[in-house]
Amino acid sequence: MPETEHIIDINGLVKRFNGTAVIDGIDLSVSKGEVVVLIGPSGCGKSTLLRCINGLEPIDAGTVTLHGEPVVHNSRNLYKIRQKIGMVFQSYDLFPHLTVLKNIMLAPMKVQKRSKEEIRAEALKLLERVGLSDKAESFPSELSGGQKQRVAICRSLIMNPEIMLLDEITAALDPEMVHEVLDVVLDLAKNGTTMLIVTHEMAFAKAAADRIVFIDGGVIVEESEPDEFFTAPKTERAKKFLKTFTYSR
Amino acid sequence: MTLYALSGKIKITESLGQILVDFEFIEKFTPMYLEAARLTVLIGAAGIVLAAAVGLLCALVKYYRVPVARQIVSAYIELSRNTPLIVQLFFLYFGLPKAGIRLSSEVCGIIGLAFLGGSYMAESFLGGLTSVGKIQLESAESLGLRRHQVMNLIVIPQAGAVAAPAVCANVIFLLKETSVFSAVSLADLMYVAKDLIGMYYNTGEALLMLVVAYLALILPISVIFAILERRLRRGRS
Repeated sequence: MPETEHIIDINGLVKRFNGTAVIDGIDLSVSKGEVVVLIGPSGCGKSTLLRCINGLEPIDAGTVTLHGEPVVHNSRNLYKIRQKIGMVFQSYDLFPHLTVLKNIMLAPMKVQKRSKEEIRAEALKLLERVGLSDKAESFPSELSGGQKQRVAICRSLIMNPEIMLLDEITAALDPEMVHEVLDVVLDLAKNGTTMLIVTHEMAFAKAAADRIVFIDGGVIVEESEPDEFFTAPKTERAKKFLKTFTYSR
Repeated sequence: MTLYALSGKIKITESLGQILVDFEFIEKFTPMYLEAARLTVLIGAAGIVLAAAVGLLCALVKYYRVPVARQIVSAYIELSRNTPLIVQLFFLYFGLPKAGIRLSSEVCGIIGLAFLGGSYMAESFLGGLTSVGKIQLESAESLGLRRHQVMNLIVIPQAGAVAAPAVCANVIFLLKETSVFSAVSLADLMYVAKDLIGMYYNTGEALLMLVVAYLALILPISVIFAILERRLRRGRS
């Protein structure tokens, strides 16, 4: 069997905030077509890890590479690497002064300089895929949180990224909107989109993930297949963490 | 001329008493007011444009936290905002010559207005820039947009919409401030009014023309700004 192609390689990553290590030596690789879900308690460093992968944070030690190319905060060619990394954040971050369609078309037009007609057609196709064809000319303020997140996903997808980073994209949504967003992500997962996902939705993690990575205290505590992780976690910490999701008296 | 024919014959009665409006006087000196209005507009416009440029520069220095320049800008803003324009003008017109720098009244007016307005404009622009959240910058950068593209395509359009009402208010404020130019012998509207009162004692007419002149200048600008602001708000919501 040929060796699987790594998209992201993280080696010995350390990230400190004011001297405290938020990420304390993490090694992680994501292969093409793989969906890796990061879970762990709040403040364990999951979101920081994603931000480091996208060069949004300077790192204190270790390396992050995309196809062997180092991702370095504030480096000259960072913008080139970022085109290949899609990122969706927790807070709805659409550009409020642009319509939905223009939000999606902005980066491919200005960054990739592709033809407007081609992008427009692709943007409309993406909107159809997430069920928002009728919102193309709406402004973000006219959308619900769930709709905004679906548009944000389209905005990243149109760049044809090598990998999508999703940072708790349903954490700020009303419960009834969580589903519509997760459906879109699950659909991407089924269609072979490489993703690294931070989420607190355990049922979704189980359904979408090829691999679960459990992080606590800035290190990887456990790494397993979803079925194994949710039914028979290997570590006490993971067991304790999973227990907090079942409400019983 | 109808106005001429009516002059001296018409009495406008008001509750406070009888005021005789001397139309002959008004007609005779209208060209003087027009000339003064032209000067007010020219110096005012030049000063305001310069103020906007100074303000933008200062706002960018503060936004990007440029070391040293940032402290200088802060000091300038405090100095400019906490001293009256007339004092700033006196400094330029009567103070600088002592240091060997002699400026014309016109140049003093323009520089004075830019010095005063620059700080107000800076605060307005900075308010707009900082209103654009960090997440906006990060998501734009995540899409692979370069620094200048993030600024031009994401920050400035949003910042502009937020800053516009304050900038418009500054423009009107600065236009009104031009009324102290007469203190440095600029023949602006105020100067002409004072002059006429001194020479002819037609206080009522001179002041009436002064008020009408300022209204004619500033009211249309206010109305245009109000319409623009309403349109801007509709586009955003």
